[in-house]
Amino acid sequence: MSPTPRLTPAARAIVGGDRRALARAITSVEDGDRSVEPVLRALYRRTGRVPVVGLAGPLGVGKSSLVNALVGLLRARGRSVGIVAVDPSSPFSGGSVLGDRIRLERRADDTGVFFRSMASRGAAGGLATATREVARLLDAAGFDIVLVETVGSGQVDVAVRDVATTGVVILVPHLGDEVQTLKAGLFEIADVFCLNKSDLPGSQVAERDLSELASLGPAREGWRPPVVPTSTVTPSGIAELWSAIEAHERFLDDSGRREAGERRRLSQEIVDRAKDRFTVDLTRRLENDPRLRRLLDEAAARRLDPRTAAERLLATRRRR
Amino acid sequence: MVAKRKSAPIRVLIAKPGLDGHDRGAKVVARALRDAGMEVIYAGLRQTPEEIVRGALEEDVDLIGLSILSGAHMALFPRVLRLLKKEHASRLPVFAGGIIPDEDARRLRRMGIRAIFGPGTSLDEIVRTAQKLARPSA
Repeated sequence: MSPTPRLTPAARAIVGGDRRALARAITSVEDGDRSVEPVLRALYRRTGRVPVVGLAGPLGVGKSSLVNALVGLLRARGRSVGIVAVDPSSPFSGGSVLGDRIRLERRADDTGVFFRSMASRGAAGGLATATREVARLLDAAGFDIVLVETVGSGQVDVAVRDVATTGVVILVPHLGDEVQTLKAGLFEIADVFCLNKSDLPGSQVAERDLSELASLGPAREGWRPPVVPTSTVTPSGIAELWSAIEAHERFLDDSGRREAGERRRLSQEIVDRAKDRFTVDLTRRLENDPRLRRLLDEAAARRLDPRTAAERLLATRRRR
Repeated sequence: MVAKRKSAPIRVLIAKPGLDGHDRGAKVVARALRDAGMEVIYAGLRQTPEEIVRGALEEDVDLIGLSILSGAHMALFPRVLRLLKKEHASRLPVFAGGIIPDEDARRLRRMGIRAIFGPGTSLDEIVRTAQKLARPSA
């Protein structure tokens, strides 16, 4: 048992509502700066008490506008909201344009909202791990609800499941083939389906199709994801969307699934962290340890195949 | 303040204060900075100085870039600088671009705007200056 960690000054500042301290800690998590570790360690025990709602969907379905609408609703109800919006980094330059703030409307002096953009980069321990740590910092800073907005394609889809207590998948009418390709993974991450831009023609057909899709599959652990039509133009359905999210959060508590979900996410996070440290460690040793270096030389000279080299590498580690 | 790792990407907030509705210039600059490997938080049109400063602090950027075409720069830029000072963030460099007469540019530089780019400035120059402002020691 480790003793209860005392709060470091930075951790105390974050808990006390210092937004600059919060912003800097988030930067350190993003940068893989290990000086933030004592802060994360000290704050961990205070976290895990708020809903983390993930919103994922293809480009252009209106994620940022929906986040803005939800923030408006929650602020009107007196709840504070921390938001982290993830956008892809360019695989070429490593740079990115993070544009999710554009949709955010709030009073400039409203301290009940904190919005942070995050580039997917090649975050240490994986994007999900970094996002979870950022979400936890927002939790520790005292926000009632944490929203995580991500581009829902490929691996990022899965990240929502690794981050959120409730996952919302956002789709729009006429997505056609997009829905087809998403189908396979949809049920693993959707606790709630949101059919946005429902003011557009064709939305009723899309809603029916999606509802059929949702009712076809087996109910996952006793929960069937509802389909909520929304529009941020009219606007409509925002309160219903939040009710559906709240209903899922209640289900997690009533069914006892909350703890199981958190255990699954933590297990993933611990493995990811360990894997990352192991990889960095191994890469460095490959470069510096003469015996490991020899394996690399052998493989480069085509005398030893990579699989055998890897096996000898592990054997070397075990002998130590 | 915790020193950032040198290898971490530069984070920059690009915003348009005031009421003019053209953000093509700001978008072109945002893209050039992205292609230079920076993380550009694009805050968009019609931002108040208060929103800009708050955004910059939440996003913990290394640099703020302001674009303006309306002629209100002498009212809005000093306000951004004042708000930064109030937040004890005067060290956060601010650069600007747009239609800014030379005399105004001189005065703004004296007030603390670190660089001002007029029409026709090459993107290369903007990128280089931004890099130098964000990481003076690099």
